[in-house]
Amino acid sequence: MKSSAHNRVAQDSARDVTDRLLSGGGRPGAVKSAVFQAAVLSCVLIAIVTLLAVIGWAIVAGWDRLDLNLLTQMPSGMRSRLQTSGLQSAIVGSLMVMAGLAVTVLPLGIAAAVFLEEFADQERWYTRVIEVSVQNLAAVPSIVFGILGLAFIMRGPLSFGSVVYTGSLTLALLVLPTVIVTSREAIRSVPNSIRLGSMALGATRWRTVWHQVLPVSIPGIITGAILALSRAIGEAAPLIMIGTATFVTFNPAGFFEGRFTVLPVQIYYWSSQANDDFHVLAAAGVIVLIAMLLSLNSFAIWVRARASTDY
Amino acid sequence: MKSKHWTRIVALSSVLAIGLAACGGGETADTAQPATETNDSTSEGSTDAAGSELTGEIVIDGSSTVTPHTIPAAELFQEAEPGVQVAVATSGTGGGFEKFCNDETDISMASRRITDDEIAACEAAGVEWVEIGIANDGLAVAVNPDNDWVECITVDELTAIWQSGSDVTNWSQVNGAWPDQEIVLYGPGSDSGTFDYFTDAINGEEGNITANYNDIGEDDNAAIDGVASDVGAMNFVPLSFILESEGAVRPLEVENADGECVAPSEETVQDGSYNPLGRQLFIYPKASSLERPEVGAFIEFYFENQEMIAREALFIPLTDEQVSEARANVAAAIAG
Amino acid sequence: MTVSPTASSAATPILRATRPRWGEQVIVGGLFVAAAFSVLVTGAIIAALLGPSLEFFAQISFAEFLRKGIWAPRQGEFAVFNLVAGTLNVTMYALIVAIPGGLGAAVWLSEYAGPGARKTVKPILEVLEGVPTVAYGLFAYLFVTPILQRIWPTFLPGALGEPPGIFSSGAAGLVMGIMLIPTIASVSEDAMRAVPSGMRQAAYGLGANRLQVATKVVVPGALSGIMAAFVLGVSRGIGETMLVLIAAGATAQFTLLPNESVQTMTAFIARTATGDIATGTMDYYVIFAVGALLFVFTFTMNMATIALVRRFRETYE
Repeated sequence: MKSSAHNRVAQDSARDVTDRLLSGGGRPGAVKSAVFQAAVLSCVLIAIVTLLAVIGWAIVAGWDRLDLNLLTQMPSGMRSRLQTSGLQSAIVGSLMVMAGLAVTVLPLGIAAAVFLEEFADQERWYTRVIEVSVQNLAAVPSIVFGILGLAFIMRGPLSFGSVVYTGSLTLALLVLPTVIVTSREAIRSVPNSIRLGSMALGATRWRTVWHQVLPVSIPGIITGAILALSRAIGEAAPLIMIGTATFVTFNPAGFFEGRFTVLPVQIYYWSSQANDDFHVLAAAGVIVLIAMLLSLNSFAIWVRARASTDY
Repeated sequence: MKSKHWTRIVALSSVLAIGLAACGGGETADTAQPATETNDSTSEGSTDAAGSELTGEIVIDGSSTVTPHTIPAAELFQEAEPGVQVAVATSGTGGGFEKFCNDETDISMASRRITDDEIAACEAAGVEWVEIGIANDGLAVAVNPDNDWVECITVDELTAIWQSGSDVTNWSQVNGAWPDQEIVLYGPGSDSGTFDYFTDAINGEEGNITANYNDIGEDDNAAIDGVASDVGAMNFVPLSFILESEGAVRPLEVENADGECVAPSEETVQDGSYNPLGRQLFIYPKASSLERPEVGAFIEFYFENQEMIAREALFIPLTDEQVSEARANVAAAIAG
Repeated sequence: MTVSPTASSAATPILRATRPRWGEQVIVGGLFVAAAFSVLVTGAIIAALLGPSLEFFAQISFAEFLRKGIWAPRQGEFAVFNLVAGTLNVTMYALIVAIPGGLGAAVWLSEYAGPGARKTVKPILEVLEGVPTVAYGLFAYLFVTPILQRIWPTFLPGALGEPPGIFSSGAAGLVMGIMLIPTIASVSEDAMRAVPSGMRQAAYGLGANRLQVATKVVVPGALSGIMAAFVLGVSRGIGETMLVLIAAGATAQFTLLPNESVQTMTAFIARTATGDIATGTMDYYVIFAVGALLFVFTFTMNMATIALVRRFRETYE
């Protein structure tokens, strides 16, 4: 076990417990062990119970409006029509933003991860700069990406305006670190023997990566992609800043044309209205969002199950 | 075999992305009809029985207070003119003006008048606009329904409670006749037009407010919740929230400049007797946008139906006088 | 073409071909550009924040900005201390829930759970992490706050005994903490899994029970990863916007109590940027100044993590 010169924590702890055991000293009794096990299990249970509570609360609050109209109708701003108001423009907007996001951030993030894991020289200064940048971006608050998108994507050098792809690109910058980090983990977990074997047979670095490493790391990469998309689907603050509408009764004309709205922005707006019927709609919107999230995650599980290879 | 698959997908997506980028850009507003039509078409109103096929996109952005008023207008207009697409965003009055003076929107919604800085910014960008008062609104001061000691409150009493540096924590401190009950204050935050208006009208200066109040940001519902749950609480919110609250809170009468106690209502706001807390809500269409027939038609539709829309949004309709004035402003802008 | 494996530095030996294949060079170059893009984005963020921040600091000195005082930008009071306190307040209560919760969940997943249980629980945690923060915010405001108001222990002394109002840092912190459990748990669990099973077996062989193995062998061995997980949780907590915007409040005051309404830096930025203030004014530039401060915070914590991880990292095999 190699450890850094300064760190003795793990060694000390292991040595300490070894001493205690060998000297026949006490080990924690059955009660203590049981309490500990219950404690750690309860951590998991708290998380699960909360998730169920959130979903349950949303269903109860939005129950009156859980019907097909949500999918088939456009939103309405008139109190008299709230019983039939729908979410179609927001759903389509969210789906289109996600599509643009996936097309943009996945190739970019995976390429960056491949470079950092397979080709980068860890000792070079520029590699360190890149890694620090990635780590740093992961912690930047989402609202700052909204400022970024407003300055450079909606206006500035790109000047796309308030279109679907502006939202996609802004969110792509937001989740890029997530994709890079999780893809790196996936690539790193590919056993080295595969790389060595491939290169021993005469394949070049790149061909090794493309034909051997990447296919094996696909499940992990997909998990990361799903994580990133899940996070992006629920973001409202950066999208509000780049001009996402709070009311459109039409689906976006294209990725680079026309105004659009997304589910979280719609939900946030409705939750601040005076009339209670809007709140019911907001809760129904939350359920639709969570449903989209669950299908994304289920897809990830399915892919992982199918594509997983054990070594 | 697997990699060929992947290569194809990657290649296809990149081509798609590049293609989209090349074809994209440019607002669909550019495809709207050129302003070759005469101005008469706008005054005919959108109920053009000949089935005029207006097309185009109208982009509206601005205050969250005015948005619930403009959305029904947009919705109904689109039903009358299915070829026109109207998008409404809510960046706030300031954010709306910023985009407006950057030539990114057609109409800006505002719960206060445009400031000098904003006027300068628009001028610098060459954006000309028209100010239209589109609805009246009352700012109501509300208390808990179980509050049985105050019916009518004076502006001085309000100032004493709400002004910056106020050390009032108890109702009895303001008026000897009131009981020994702790005051709890709720109100919107400093980035809200409602806040601007209230502080200006009561404390004499925008932004001048006591530090001892519960800032509910922009969620006026929260102010209602807060007052409904505490017998000593008070808030100031747009009248529409009081009306929607169905008795959860009770609006106070305010003593106006003539010394009369006036309750906020449609009549009292329209005839000006509910002062100083009656206000106007504004929309600012761009002069160049007004030349497009669909925008002109929308503004005209707005005027024609403003009473119904105001009732829908729980605001107070314009008086006939105000409507004529607004119409005149628009006509002048188009002609000029 | 001869290949000569060089001495192993990290994971992969670097095999160099004697004849360079330029096609591969181009591809690797492309990958490098993709990686360097992150640096570009960081630079863009700095650029976007810098200009207006400088406008702000031209008029307000650092000392005046960072001192303890009143935060009331509309009235010319720019002491950001209360906002920072608000952020730390909410984050603190979130971590009180998230750190034990996340670590405990990680220990359970890594040491106690059977493969079937792991397969079920891990996806559930992923979903928990992915729930939109606007949903968490509404949940905290509409569900958790009323419950807190009812069950609040009023026998507690002083201001702590008062039930929270409609906004409170405790309600937001509680929900945020649970939201952060999956983040901390998954990173910690990865670190724990990297501890070789040989060490566990050795401990069990000596007669240790699971409690001892978990607390004395695995956790210390995975310490650097666990610390990285904590800091990641802190970063996410500090940067969270929608949850605090809806549930924590908008009162910029200095308090460490969980039953008070506070305003965080992120909520201030979000609220003001979408509010009614006019651009080009000090009220506007202050948004960027606070944003810059946030960026500095997260950057510093990031650097601290890197240093921490380097110091405590255990490498196995």
